[in-house]
Amino acid sequence: MTEPTVYELSSPGRVGFKFPEPDVEEVALPIGFEREDLPLPEMSELEVVRHFTRLSQKNYAIDLGFYPLGSCTMKYNPKINEVAARLPGFAYTHPLQPEESVQGNLYLMYTLQEWLKEIGGFAGVTLMPAAGAQGEFTGALMIRKYHLDHGQPQRKRILIPDSAHGTNPATSAMIGLEVVPLPSDERGNIDLEALKLLVDDRLAGLMLTNPNTLGLFDENVQEVIRVVHEAGGLVYGDGANMNALLGVLRPGDIGIDVLHYNLHKTFSTPHGGGGPGSGPVAVNEKLLPYLPDCVVTIVEPGDDENPPLFGFYHPEKSIGRLKSFYGHFGVMVRAYAYIAMHSGAGLRDIAEKAVLNANYLMHKLKETYTLPYDRTCMHEFVLEGFWKDIPDVHAFDIAKRLMDFDFHPPTNYFPLIVKEALMIEPTETETLETLDRFVDVMIQIAEEARTNPQLLHDAPHNTPVRRADELKAAKELVVCCYPLEELQK
Amino acid sequence: MFTPHTPQDVEVMLKTIGVEKIEDLFDKLPEDFRFPDLKLPPQQTEMEIAADLDEISSSNGSTKELISFLGAGAYDHYTPAAVDNLLQRGEFYTAYTPYQPEISQGTLQAIFEYQSMIGQLTGMSVSNASHYDGATACAEAVIMAYHHFRGKRHKVLLSRALNPQYRQVVRTYMQGNPDLTITGDEQAVGIDADLKNFTALIDNDTAVVIVQYPDFFGRVINYKPLIEAAHAQGALVAVAVNPTALALLTPPGEIGADIVVGEGQPLGIPLSYGGPYLGFFAVNEELIRKISGRLVGQTTDVQGQLAYVLTLTAREQHIRREKATSNICSNQGLMMLASTIYLTLLGKQGFKQVANLCYQKAHYAASQINAVTGYSQVFSETPFFHEFVIKAPVNTEHLLLDLRGYDILGGYDLSHDYPELKNCLLIAVTEKMPRENIDFLHDTLLEVTHD
Repeated sequence: MTEPTVYELSSPGRVGFKFPEPDVEEVALPIGFEREDLPLPEMSELEVVRHFTRLSQKNYAIDLGFYPLGSCTMKYNPKINEVAARLPGFAYTHPLQPEESVQGNLYLMYTLQEWLKEIGGFAGVTLMPAAGAQGEFTGALMIRKYHLDHGQPQRKRILIPDSAHGTNPATSAMIGLEVVPLPSDERGNIDLEALKLLVDDRLAGLMLTNPNTLGLFDENVQEVIRVVHEAGGLVYGDGANMNALLGVLRPGDIGIDVLHYNLHKTFSTPHGGGGPGSGPVAVNEKLLPYLPDCVVTIVEPGDDENPPLFGFYHPEKSIGRLKSFYGHFGVMVRAYAYIAMHSGAGLRDIAEKAVLNANYLMHKLKETYTLPYDRTCMHEFVLEGFWKDIPDVHAFDIAKRLMDFDFHPPTNYFPLIVKEALMIEPTETETLETLDRFVDVMIQIAEEARTNPQLLHDAPHNTPVRRADELKAAKELVVCCYPLEELQK
Repeated sequence: MFTPHTPQDVEVMLKTIGVEKIEDLFDKLPEDFRFPDLKLPPQQTEMEIAADLDEISSSNGSTKELISFLGAGAYDHYTPAAVDNLLQRGEFYTAYTPYQPEISQGTLQAIFEYQSMIGQLTGMSVSNASHYDGATACAEAVIMAYHHFRGKRHKVLLSRALNPQYRQVVRTYMQGNPDLTITGDEQAVGIDADLKNFTALIDNDTAVVIVQYPDFFGRVINYKPLIEAAHAQGALVAVAVNPTALALLTPPGEIGADIVVGEGQPLGIPLSYGGPYLGFFAVNEELIRKISGRLVGQTTDVQGQLAYVLTLTAREQHIRREKATSNICSNQGLMMLASTIYLTLLGKQGFKQVANLCYQKAHYAASQINAVTGYSQVFSETPFFHEFVIKAPVNTEHLLLDLRGYDILGGYDLSHDYPELKNCLLIAVTEKMPRENIDFLHDTLLEVTHD
């Protein structure tokens, strides 16, 4: 059923919320600036609550079911995280309060920095980046600044494997780096020979996603890093796939120079329907001086009677400020709670079970769906959503048909190097029963693709809306409740 | 901790995969570094971490117990209970980005409604689904303007009365474009409300001019002449706004702004020590296809039913890769939802009421502080909204410390960012500030200044 918009539900004169009357003498508003009309909805509180509750029921979510969305790590978001972030001592602190009045916040940030250093094997961490994309931007800027600082302004070339997330090239282009694509070999590793031909004194660095977006751990990763380092480049690690490596391998130990984390993937903070994320960046010694402005540190060591005093410091050659204040503090609190509940053994258990779940699904499905790279996967794997003998059925159809069985579809059409890709990441928080049910449905869909393909083409059947006309949306461009002409008046 | 596997499950799964133990799945990883012993504190149960976080958070002084006159980009407003209650629905906060419209209509329609309300509030045609915060929305405005002129205009003018952190972020974002000059905010240009020096800098090499409304000092300035001067040179104008002020004041869209950005935190989002917040971003119709970030549009499904989808995605990084102008691939989903519920619930009357309360109480506070001998309002000839500047007769660093002794956070010390405003405080007042706390500030100032 179509849910009316808040403007359609509005009735002139209806009041949803009342504030107290002013307790001071009123003065006039500034002359010449008075607003004529304020076109906001007018609804009762109950109508507002029902409207948004009904909207929520049109969403799929982790709390409702299995979400095997590759590269997104849709794991369970523990409820304690939400309680923690809303504690009044956190939620009601102003970012410009004097440091001595927010020692709890600074202690938490400092400790989270230390933990992220330890988990990744790095020397420093900034918590400021707002999301993974901003973390990448931070890392790429630091690499660029490092080369400028070392008298190497010509180092502008950044190598990006063809399996990388689209964000990598977009980020590099934003800061004026020259993007050079790097091919994969037939085992899904970086093509070492191609790499060797591309490194010279113009090399700024390599952006490495490992495990890569095929879900494969690069078997030559140490050699790849050695080649880049020998040519004077730095290696950026895209930490989107850290869920596979927690407590298993520290990227810093194998020579990655800088890496971003996604707290909203690996460390269970909610995706929120598209944000907020949080993308802390970890660096080794080389890049410490370039960290973004404001890193939490101990400004006065503690002793037996007094705790240490925490405060901010400004790295000497900082790339600058990335956003207002210090980052997504509320997200940091959630990640802190999550890491504290796991510790070393718990983190390793996450990675092990994530990889176990992925390999189990892969083995159960590879007879039915083509598996282009048949070797042990990490936390995710990629199938072809396509069969040569039924060319009319596409990954898109399989994805949509899954919705009829109350599953969220896998990521599809990415990575680009696999034909009709279906990228599946089950995460560690799913039970064997859920995985088996998913396998049964995937096999059933493969049968339907042959026996009744129309079922797939028409899918989904039972969702709040069916397949939507995206071309029409782009052409007519209705992007607000009122027609554009009306707004212009 | 949250892994549901029984030993029997693991056995079944390993057998299916054809390996003996879980470690075997990792045998391609460099052996020397495999399975490090992480030095982390011992594992805590939920009960233990809950107690721990209670203690950590209690060691902060919060605006619950302190009397706070801090603003300068983040404001302590009241959030109605219904807002957070709805945000805590798992269907909202544990959903991913709405890439699959059939099962994301809730998020998509909420974004559509958000876009509509931001459009109405700012007086602009089109709003995107949000950026990280007010500062990064400013930076995205600069990037958009730069590309709008295909890199052929090389100057960006930032008002010195634009939030200093926003200006820093713009510079961070643009450091990879050495042919771009970011200027206009030097001390020599000044902070006069007549904007004469600043306006004189606009030329035909200027891509975009950015001003703030109300400005960083809380002043309400008529930007119409500046916008006209910029348009005469073909430049774009972006206005960074406080959304609460727009409940009462003429929106920038009505005086010709091309881009309106702002910090959405005042719209029902907790202070939370600086984030996560919400950057809103709206443009006039001409710029709609150049806007970065997500955008939701209305369409129909195969049965003719109304549906919402992400649209114009071909502009985005996952399609255009290195040709995209922005790398952003999230929006502040949940914060955007908070602001949508907040604006809907307060509605036309409630939102005006909260803005008026801020305005009235701030004016009362200004007059009370002005009444203390030695304290005077700077820029007193210019109207202001809910923030104003006071020059103190004493060193403000000491003054703020003295006020702390009375549990008062006495505003933001402007001398950090403005040497010309030595011993000046930026004071913000919201609807939450009772009259007696303003009077208490007045009395305390009398006491600490003259004893």
